[in-house]
Amino acid sequence: MSRGKTYRFKQHSVLPGFGLAMGFTLVYLGLIVLLPLSAAFVKTATLSWAQFWDTVTAPRVLASFRLSFGASLLAAVINTVFGLLLAWVLVRYRFPGKRIVDALVDLPFALPTAVAGIALTAIYSGNGLIGQWLQPLGIKVVFTPLGVLVALIFIGLPFVVRTVQPVIEDIEAEIEEAAATLGASRWQTFARVIFPTILPALLTGFTLAFARAVGEYGSVIFIAGNMPMVSEIVPLIIITKLEQYDYAGATAVAVVMLLVSFLFILVINLLQWWSRKRYTNLD
Amino acid sequence: MSAELAINAPQVIARKPARKATSESGLVRFVLIGLALSYFALLVLTPLFAVFYEALKKGAEAYFTAITEPDALSSIRLTLMVAAVAVPLNLVFGVAAAWAIAKFEFRGKSLLITLIDLPFSVSPVISGLIYVLVFGLQGWLGPWLQAHDIKVIFALPGIFLATVFVTVPFVARELIPLMQAQGSEEEEAALVLGASGWQTFFRVTLPNIKWGIVYGVILCNARAMGEFGAVAVVSGHIRGLTNTMPLHVEILYNEYQFSAAFAVASLLALLALVTLVIKTLVEWRVKH
Repeated sequence: MSRGKTYRFKQHSVLPGFGLAMGFTLVYLGLIVLLPLSAAFVKTATLSWAQFWDTVTAPRVLASFRLSFGASLLAAVINTVFGLLLAWVLVRYRFPGKRIVDALVDLPFALPTAVAGIALTAIYSGNGLIGQWLQPLGIKVVFTPLGVLVALIFIGLPFVVRTVQPVIEDIEAEIEEAAATLGASRWQTFARVIFPTILPALLTGFTLAFARAVGEYGSVIFIAGNMPMVSEIVPLIIITKLEQYDYAGATAVAVVMLLVSFLFILVINLLQWWSRKRYTNLD
Repeated sequence: MSAELAINAPQVIARKPARKATSESGLVRFVLIGLALSYFALLVLTPLFAVFYEALKKGAEAYFTAITEPDALSSIRLTLMVAAVAVPLNLVFGVAAAWAIAKFEFRGKSLLITLIDLPFSVSPVISGLIYVLVFGLQGWLGPWLQAHDIKVIFALPGIFLATVFVTVPFVARELIPLMQAQGSEEEEAALVLGASGWQTFFRVTLPNIKWGIVYGVILCNARAMGEFGAVAVVSGHIRGLTNTMPLHVEILYNEYQFSAAFAVASLLALLALVTLVIKTLVEWRVKH
């Protein structure tokens, strides 16, 4: 046991097993996550800068970036609005079936993406459960960018609800009572007292939903129809390039996506830091 | 009942004015609940309903034929195998990582937590791609593997690896906050009383984190069985050999065998529902 050992970067502890646990963690992460991920960057380095740039700025690739980021952003905005609404209703109000709704909020997270994909396609196709009502209105969802949006809204739902819900639960009644006593209307209390409290969580949920949507594949490809320049998402571009044995091209696009993912992680960490700071200020 | 009401009645009356100032009017509540539930039903309930409706549209017989034909059965077997590999590995990893992170203070801890969460932020397709880059024919180990006649990509090991990658964070991210909140006093007491490290772990730590483990394991299992994008890249879609259930659903769907596709999909939807039930029960248990 490592009780006697002292690591320079670690504070002393009477508990054993740090060396074993930490060693296993690092080796595992290194072999499963970091080494394969680094392969993406090494592979891209075999391309010259000009080749890389031409690959990731080809019209078809650019169109897929526009669609993936545009639809993901819009889906995240919609999920933020309705996620806040759902979280609020679930925490503050009583209604029949509340427990079931609360549990099923995680369904998009638990349901395999391919299942979600074919189910959404069935619902929104011309003769589907919802599609049959949209078709007379001239709204086509399946095989259009709108279909991509619908799938991304579906899979992003739990993120905002689950990050905002605990924060609403933790709001102390006294704060709202104080606002009311000081003459604030219910709306003023929400806008000036409650909303600022949940804002960091809301932004975190928004970023998580956005990040998830950008990389999403399974739930999108069935409903999107995957027409080049129109309804082709970035992950599909990667798959297409792989199927054409264009490994370097696929990896170049993947590296752009990875860099975007790292940016998302940075933003989420900053938001959580902001949120912690805000809470400690409140105490 | 009536006695209970009588006791509660004055309280309710006394609280009523106070509640009004810190809650919305009845109409606003009604509208908000209605809006939230309509949105929820439209977005979440319809797909769930559609899976079972489409699966059973052609009758129970067609349904059972679809889920018992040899390719479907072999996809079910492979999916169970994938989970049997990925879940235990990530369970051991999750416990080890949580032990190191929650019980000790060291530098770079938040970086390590970020690294553990990393697979969540990587597109499933990229999760598969990176293994192709390492083990594929053109990859780092490709020539060596081919010389030794070992297949990783378009074979089972690739499917296992890609699934392990996408499910790395599940157990760890449940256990880390839980063990951090529990602190180390109980373990320290056990050690002072003469327990060995492993005894302390199995008799003190493990009972304390068992619900966190159940929670992490069922979520990890659901993702492992349902993973599509990462597995699609490394699998090669060989029927009866490298097709997991989600891939089998895709193939059937692309062959316009919609009822069969939804029949297999309904099994995965059931898995998701069972996962949510267990998850809710665990949450309920922990709260009460």
